[in-house]
Amino acid sequence: MSSPDKLIRMANQIAIFFHSQPGPDQAERVAAHLKDYWGPEMRADLKAKAKTQEDELDVLVRQALPLI
Amino acid sequence: MKDFIIPWGDDRDMGTPARDGAPVSLRIDGFEVTVPEGTSVMRAAAIAGIAVPKLCASDNLEAFGSCRLCVVEIEGRRGTPASCTTPVAAGMVVRTQSEQVQRIRKGVMELYISDHPLDCLTCSANGDCELQDMAGVVGLRDQRYTAPEGGIRTHFAARDTSGQANPEWLPKDDSNPYFTYDPAKCIVCNRCVRACEEVQGTFALTIEGRGFESRVSAGGVGDDFLASDCVSCGACVQACPTATLQEKSVIALGTPTRSVITTCAYCGVGCSFKAELNGDQLVRMTPYKHGAANRGHSCVKGRFAYGYATHADRILKPMIRERIEDPWQEVSWDEALAFAAARMRGIQARHGRKSVGVITSSRCTNEETYLVQKLTRAVFLNNNTDTCARVCHSPTGYGLGQTFGTSAGTQNFDSVAAADVVVVIGANPTDGHPVFASRLKKRLRAGAKLIVIDPRRIDLVKTAHVEAAHHLPLRPGTNVAVVTAMAHVIVTEGLFDEGFIRARCDWDEFAEYAEFVSDPRHSPELTEMLTGVPAEELRAAARLYATGGNGAIYYGLGVTEHSQGSTTVMAIANLAMLTGNIGREGVGVNPLRGQNNVQGSCDMGSFPHELPGYRHVKNPEVRAIFETAWGVEIDPEPGLRIPNMLDAAVSGQFKGLYCQGEDILQSDPDTRHVSAGLAAMDCVIVHDLFLNETANYAHVFLPGSTFLEKDGTFTNAERRINRVRKVMAPRNGYADWEITQLLANAMLEAEGRPLWRYTHAAQIMEEIAATTPGFAHVDYALLEEKGSVQWPCNDAAPEGTPIMHVDGFVRGRGRFIVTEYVATEERTGPRFPLLLTTGRILSQYNVGAQTRRTANTVWHAEDVLEIHPHDAEVRGVKAGDWVKLASRSGETSLRAHLTDRVSPGVVYTTFHHPTTQANVITTDHSDWATNCPEYKVTAVQVGLSNGPTEWQRDYEAQAAAARRILPAAE
Ligand code: SF4
Ligand code: SF4
Ligand code: SF4
Ligand code: FES
Repeated sequence: MSSPDKLIRMANQIAIFFHSQPGPDQAERVAAHLKDYWGPEMRADLKAKAKTQEDELDVLVRQALPLI
Repeated sequence: MKDFIIPWGDDRDMGTPARDGAPVSLRIDGFEVTVPEGTSVMRAAAIAGIAVPKLCASDNLEAFGSCRLCVVEIEGRRGTPASCTTPVAAGMVVRTQSEQVQRIRKGVMELYISDHPLDCLTCSANGDCELQDMAGVVGLRDQRYTAPEGGIRTHFAARDTSGQANPEWLPKDDSNPYFTYDPAKCIVCNRCVRACEEVQGTFALTIEGRGFESRVSAGGVGDDFLASDCVSCGACVQACPTATLQEKSVIALGTPTRSVITTCAYCGVGCSFKAELNGDQLVRMTPYKHGAANRGHSCVKGRFAYGYATHADRILKPMIRERIEDPWQEVSWDEALAFAAARMRGIQARHGRKSVGVITSSRCTNEETYLVQKLTRAVFLNNNTDTCARVCHSPTGYGLGQTFGTSAGTQNFDSVAAADVVVVIGANPTDGHPVFASRLKKRLRAGAKLIVIDPRRIDLVKTAHVEAAHHLPLRPGTNVAVVTAMAHVIVTEGLFDEGFIRARCDWDEFAEYAEFVSDPRHSPELTEMLTGVPAEELRAAARLYATGGNGAIYYGLGVTEHSQGSTTVMAIANLAMLTGNIGREGVGVNPLRGQNNVQGSCDMGSFPHELPGYRHVKNPEVRAIFETAWGVEIDPEPGLRIPNMLDAAVSGQFKGLYCQGEDILQSDPDTRHVSAGLAAMDCVIVHDLFLNETANYAHVFLPGSTFLEKDGTFTNAERRINRVRKVMAPRNGYADWEITQLLANAMLEAEGRPLWRYTHAAQIMEEIAATTPGFAHVDYALLEEKGSVQWPCNDAAPEGTPIMHVDGFVRGRGRFIVTEYVATEERTGPRFPLLLTTGRILSQYNVGAQTRRTANTVWHAEDVLEIHPHDAEVRGVKAGDWVKLASRSGETSLRAHLTDRVSPGVVYTTFHHPTTQANVITTDHSDWATNCPEYKVTAVQVGLSNGPTEWQRDYEAQAAAARRILPAAE
């Protein structure tokens, strides 16, 4: 529903923050953030976009996808 | 007699300010009275119920001792000391009335009256004049000065008896739109001058000349009030004992006969006011001296800018239309509600439960906001609710929630009086939060130090008798780098408060954080290139904050409206924890909220992921509370936020919106995207006072009520719940909460579900208290008794909580969070070499829907672009030229104002006027955590233009067409 790059950009922004956070659970925290603040439709959209544009996603977003 | 009764909410003038001190006992007229040391004899007498005559004293000003009307006799002292300037002493025996003092007072009055016109019956202050009152109190019966040859010199007669012009006479100054200055009636008591200095802190007034030549003067020679530095706060008008400084509304309408205490509906300071009326005609608003947020002061908006309530543009009848291209059709309430309910139900039937939503307002009351989010959760059965707080303070919610455990400022406003070092970040209090600014300036004049972190040289940096110790003029968008560099200095120089951190925070998290900030790449020297802030200045500022005593941080939208807004809020919270500046008077972290009820609208569950009280919808135990209360099942997944609603509208999944008291088309970023989203919907319901910009795309218009016309509560930036009281009947027929209820019931009835049955706003507050732990003890009876309370107000804090995190953080241990600086994607380049940042000014408010409809426009008739003279010169731009302002998203044009308040490379404008549409320029970048839009940084180019852009003209044309109204069919 958002233009593809906007949703991906938003997800990547979240990932960038959690990259800087100490600890081994960064991907989990990205996933938790997405689950807490994004509605299910947005998360589904992101997953759909990931299928075709995976290379545009931050690695933490990619790791978080299966958790959301 | 009013002075001698002591009713509830006693607001007598006690003559001189209250003091703190050890108790001192004395006798006044035979009565024993005990008062704090330092109290004046006048105030002690007032406390004993004895009003000593006075003219130059007032209890919001330091005593001046000029009129000599307040003389008393004190046993063992010679002469007759002035009671306003004489402090009490133990065992003192005072007589306030004797032949001698009566004679002196009469003499004083005679002298005053000899140079005062005796036109009391037709004077605008008749019945509200202290000179008149005092003449009565001292028993003045005649005036024994006999005119010497040629008549006595006066200030009030325009011509003498021979018809010669009197050189002492000065004409009235009518230049201010709200009050007049009539020099003929001045008794030179100096109260106005002191009010402007002590209360407002503007220093616009002086007494010029000496003796008989003394005059009150605004600004320099030849200035009138409007041309002077006066900011029209009205403190001098309120202080003036005569008709010299008088509200124009009182001159026009007469003195008021009744009053109601209520709360200002403009900014997040939340000033209490006495609305003074005749019948249901509002005559004036005077700040209420027992208002805990404002302590008797106000700004121009709250005191004077209420005329919008009766402006001809206000819509009073509901309207509907099939398509947005059609003109509006006035209809009955029933018809409008039936139309709206049918459309919304139809949309849900076709496109699903989640295809509609609501936007709550930070201008409406808590009760109204609660009902609007309840409408979507319990009637529409989804979580699609959001609020304009999204576009201003959502990062505060996230950032403070993560670090401290709750989304709110930690202090009350009184706390600033105990601060030693005040840091103002990304806020411009003298314009945005004027009454707080006055209280802050008062503290700064008394010696506290100020650090300003802002790209612009805001007024506070240097203003009358106030000068910042440090101004860090950072490049827009580098807040995180600057605040983290301050933490670097504090940690590496060992200035942190280890005891506090060990006792109150998580030590391991601190250790990780300390290691992070100690890295040399965060040092002021290495970040200087990026931030533009001189390293030495930043080091000095950090040292001052860490070591200067009580350190208090106040921040505004210049912090939150960035792609790293949430990170900056966390960085600020880190600073306060590092230095132990949290949990007591004089310290803390304080978001300055934009609109009156931003705090309340967030508290009331306006966000799509949170139920009232900041509890996530995913928590089954929280949902259970509301499921029981409302008898519905609540969606456990977060709903759509405003930008998501608009995206979903453009792609066809979101079709209906109920928007109360918000103008998203003007206030949200990227205007074209918003209008495309709105245009794609099948039912936009706008509930507002005026046909705002969003209404150009609406199908239903429900006329709203003003804050004067309804009951409810607002919660200000200090978490203070203040009562809004119905001062007059709603001109549109219903209070806003009633209208939401009518809409809910129109839908519920059609669906055969039980209806809402609130009959008073107090019942809504009962439901809030029953469901929301922080509000458990709040009810209207308590507010009646206390005036106001600060949440949390519950079993643990039955009378509310002035200062938070006193013994421990709400979340338990305070949490340090690593704050890495990430540059915004919005970058300057060859096409867009300048950075635009936005803000607001004193006389206008937000999108200006209200203030543009008052005489406040004399101070700000249009938005202008502030540009550094150097940047202007290379573009051939001169002061006042029309310039085109262009960014990646769009362009607009406005006039240029050349100033070195902004650094080279930075331009600045406000967004108060729809024709400027500064948000055509702003982009869709947003805060990483909350999607709060990045209003404060946009790469732009500026060039000469010859007037409004084509887009502006098209917009005007569309707006004009969309506003056509057909009268109701008879
Ligand atoms: S209105 Fe306020 S700023 Fe203006 S002169 Fe009076 S006190 Fe000063
Ligand atoms: S204008 Fe009013 S307050 Fe000011 S000196 Fe004159 S009488 Fe006093
Ligand atoms: S706008 Fe703000 S500062 Fe001004 S009177 Fe209203 S609440 Fe007070
Ligand atoms: S009131 Fe005390 S000298 Fe004027």
